[in-house]
Amino acid sequence: MTETLAVPAPVSARRGRMWRRFRRRPMPMAGLVLVVAFLLLALIGPLVTGDPAQQDYLATLAPPSGAHPMGTDDLGRDAFARIAHGAQVSLQAGVLSMLLAMVVGIPIGLVAGFYRRWLDPIVMRLVDVTLAFPFLVFAVGLAAIIGPSLKGVVIALGFAQLPAIIRITRGEVLAIREMDYVAAAIADGAGDGHIIFRYVLPNCASPLIVQATVAIPTAIIGESTLSFLGLGVQPPTPSWGVMLTTAQQYLSDAPWLAIWPGLMIALATLGFNLLGDGLRDVLDPRSAR
Amino acid sequence: MLWFILRRCGSAVIVLFLGSVLIFLGIRALPGDPAVVMAGQEASPAVVEAIRHEFGLDKPLPAQYVDYVTQTLSGNLGRSTQDQLPVIDIIAQRLPVTLELSALAMLIAIVIGVGAGIVAAVRRGRFADYVATGFGLAGLSVPHFWLGLLGILLFAVTWRILPASGYVPFTEDPGQNLQRMILPALVLGAGFAAILMRQTRSAMLGALSADYVRTARSKGLSEVKVVGAHALRNSLTTVITVLGLQLGALISGAVVTEQIFVIPGFGKLTVDAVLTRNYPVIQAVVLVTVVGYVLVNLLVDIAYALLNPRIRLSGARHD
Amino acid sequence: MSLLEISDLTVDFDTEDGLVQAVRDISLTLDEGEILALCGESGCGKSVTAMSVPRLLPPDTTRLSGSVKLDGRELTTLPESQMRQVRGKEVSVVFQEPMTSLNPSFTVGYQISEVLRRHEGLSRQAAGRRAVELLELVGIPAPQRRMKEYPHQLSGGMRQRVMIAIAVACSPRVLIADEPTTALDVTIQAGVLDVFRDLRDRLGTAIILITHDLGVVADIADRAVVMYAGRAVEQAPVTELFANPRHPYTLGLMNALPSAAVNGRLAEIPGMVPSPLSDPDECAFQARCPRAQADCRLSRPSLERHAPEHLAACFHPGGKS
Repeated sequence: MTETLAVPAPVSARRGRMWRRFRRRPMPMAGLVLVVAFLLLALIGPLVTGDPAQQDYLATLAPPSGAHPMGTDDLGRDAFARIAHGAQVSLQAGVLSMLLAMVVGIPIGLVAGFYRRWLDPIVMRLVDVTLAFPFLVFAVGLAAIIGPSLKGVVIALGFAQLPAIIRITRGEVLAIREMDYVAAAIADGAGDGHIIFRYVLPNCASPLIVQATVAIPTAIIGESTLSFLGLGVQPPTPSWGVMLTTAQQYLSDAPWLAIWPGLMIALATLGFNLLGDGLRDVLDPRSAR
Repeated sequence: MLWFILRRCGSAVIVLFLGSVLIFLGIRALPGDPAVVMAGQEASPAVVEAIRHEFGLDKPLPAQYVDYVTQTLSGNLGRSTQDQLPVIDIIAQRLPVTLELSALAMLIAIVIGVGAGIVAAVRRGRFADYVATGFGLAGLSVPHFWLGLLGILLFAVTWRILPASGYVPFTEDPGQNLQRMILPALVLGAGFAAILMRQTRSAMLGALSADYVRTARSKGLSEVKVVGAHALRNSLTTVITVLGLQLGALISGAVVTEQIFVIPGFGKLTVDAVLTRNYPVIQAVVLVTVVGYVLVNLLVDIAYALLNPRIRLSGARHD
Repeated sequence: MSLLEISDLTVDFDTEDGLVQAVRDISLTLDEGEILALCGESGCGKSVTAMSVPRLLPPDTTRLSGSVKLDGRELTTLPESQMRQVRGKEVSVVFQEPMTSLNPSFTVGYQISEVLRRHEGLSRQAAGRRAVELLELVGIPAPQRRMKEYPHQLSGGMRQRVMIAIAVACSPRVLIADEPTTALDVTIQAGVLDVFRDLRDRLGTAIILITHDLGVVADIADRAVVMYAGRAVEQAPVTELFANPRHPYTLGLMNALPSAAVNGRLAEIPGMVPSPLSDPDECAFQARCPRAQADCRLSRPSLERHAPEHLAACFHPGGKS
């Protein structure tokens, strides 16, 4: 780890090398493909598929066909259109909650790591307390307070990810402060702000990027789980979790309704996990085995 | 060692205290008059007044907190707004169901996950490793509830060899009980098995390349002893830590699994309480979960220390 | 017939960068009660040569040819189950890293008893009693108490002694000691070497001592093989070697000894060890050699006999012929 810190190669050269290391591995590349496909489905899909609320009364619970490639649900709505719009909801939940956790967590982690004497014990104790609430119970409590909605889901998932972000940032701060060149900068009278932006943040980037690839799939599963339980996104908004709630009622008549949304969740999550494993190998060699 | 346990207990108490404050404040952060909220919107003014009095909501906040803690410690968790039953009785009735489900799931996860992790590490880079790693990744990516739906679809709808849902108490009919619990336990255990497998594999890979394993080989020990005693013993601490860290996920998973298979456990109680805005139950359920979680983590820490002589003998732990 | 005979041993490792040539055509013998030193810089192949005897090299990536005979029995082709009877019983190893070579999760007593129960068929109690004797033998005070302790409670020197106790537990015919003193303080080094000498005298154990420290060689070894870039470059009884070194590399190693320092400065050998990935037909040392001439680059010198027991691989050897 010291050599990556010592004299950084020009950024472009480093990126080139990382990309080459990344590209050679089949699993992360498969993950990248899945993630890109998921992004395309979420961003472009809804424009192509049309209205997910459009009902076809003549074809309810219809199996997959030319007109409805994934079949229709109990109200005759096109499953594919709902899958595409559901991808958008998943993406929102994943990215927004991750951003929320980063925006709140990074400053807290920085401050805790920097002012060790009196702030750090308080913050870390609070992190312990937050960790004492299993994520779903936490989300359930929040849903009870702010009511079930996408907003509630994002807040609950964001806060559930907070402890990890705080720990990572704080850990990096503590490690970097011990580095000789940072100690030298401090001795030279560099301000806290300078230290944070010049040394600490750039070094937090790699582990935080890796953490983001963990946070997004966790949030995608979290959103669909909450929505499936009726505690998240509410019908008629098409969420993969909501679709599965419907599917459960028609399991024997229309099994395809249960297959597609679950498969989508699994593939999107798998994509992010594979991508994350690959990024970890490239960006954060310490944690790789 | 005693010192270590005392210190862990002390920090558990602090976490419990802060957690209870958070729950206490959380309930008071609910929109509207908590007494009205707790009683339900249609409740008569007399009921609201009774609740206000029962919970001491007319007193200042710190006094209310003290009341809340003393009431809780004496076993009074309030009454359900649904059926006016004491919440503590409801929980006492629901909790064993969830404990059985979780224990079964955990058992399945440990057997499959640790076993597959060891095999994958020993056969690194071979077929068995790829199969185990592949299932590990799939297990991480497939959400519980979809796995549950697929399970029902296959075992109950298509093959008709297991019931789709329902619950029979173990004391009534152990056979029926297990028949109905096996699928939910498998579904709940699968994700855990995946996590355990990945962690066991990586811990075992580390241990197998350690110098002390080479020493064990140089003694002429059988591969079973080298792997099963020398390498595994040092990997177990990692496995135990993971088990502790993943307990929250197990509780979350139980909530979902019970919902799918209509098992009247603690998790279903939680979801139903939120959906019906049954606040006394929500408050109690969250509290019980936090207490249980903190206690189990304490046990995990102690087990970890027992397995690791460095901590057991010095009481120090470098975090 | 010698106790141990290694002939034409060649070891390659499969790595991501290609085939690494660790050991080339090494032949050597070891007699009962003899202490043979394998010396050279790190990466010269001395450890790999020694670890080939109990076959402790990673099986997936190691390619080995040649022959290793213990009492006339070929070890390289022995089935793994029989090899396990040899390891720890007939051939045992003291590893380089006393800090990490003991298992942190088991008591010292367990780790010593284990090998006794495996090979001598002793009961738990009998093995425990024998383990206490062994701890006494290697000079550990209060052995009864140490039995119940874990490696992290022991100092580096203590741990190395425990490693030695494990290695000698079943009175092996051959003991391989891989840099046994490198990680230790100078004061403890002498004690450890005494333990080896004592073992040889009492049990007739033959010892292969792997070291880069010629001081240790002079102190304890009967005979020495100097290795460079995977090959043996010189081989002689220790007194003969020090009195009359033939190979310029051996001379360089001796000049690097603190006692040989001229004007208080250590002479170091200039240049770098050649890459183990290629093996051109030339003397591997020529690029660093003060005596190198044109012929050194044209072909590789083979081991030649310069005195009755003195072999060296050099076109321009020093010393009296």
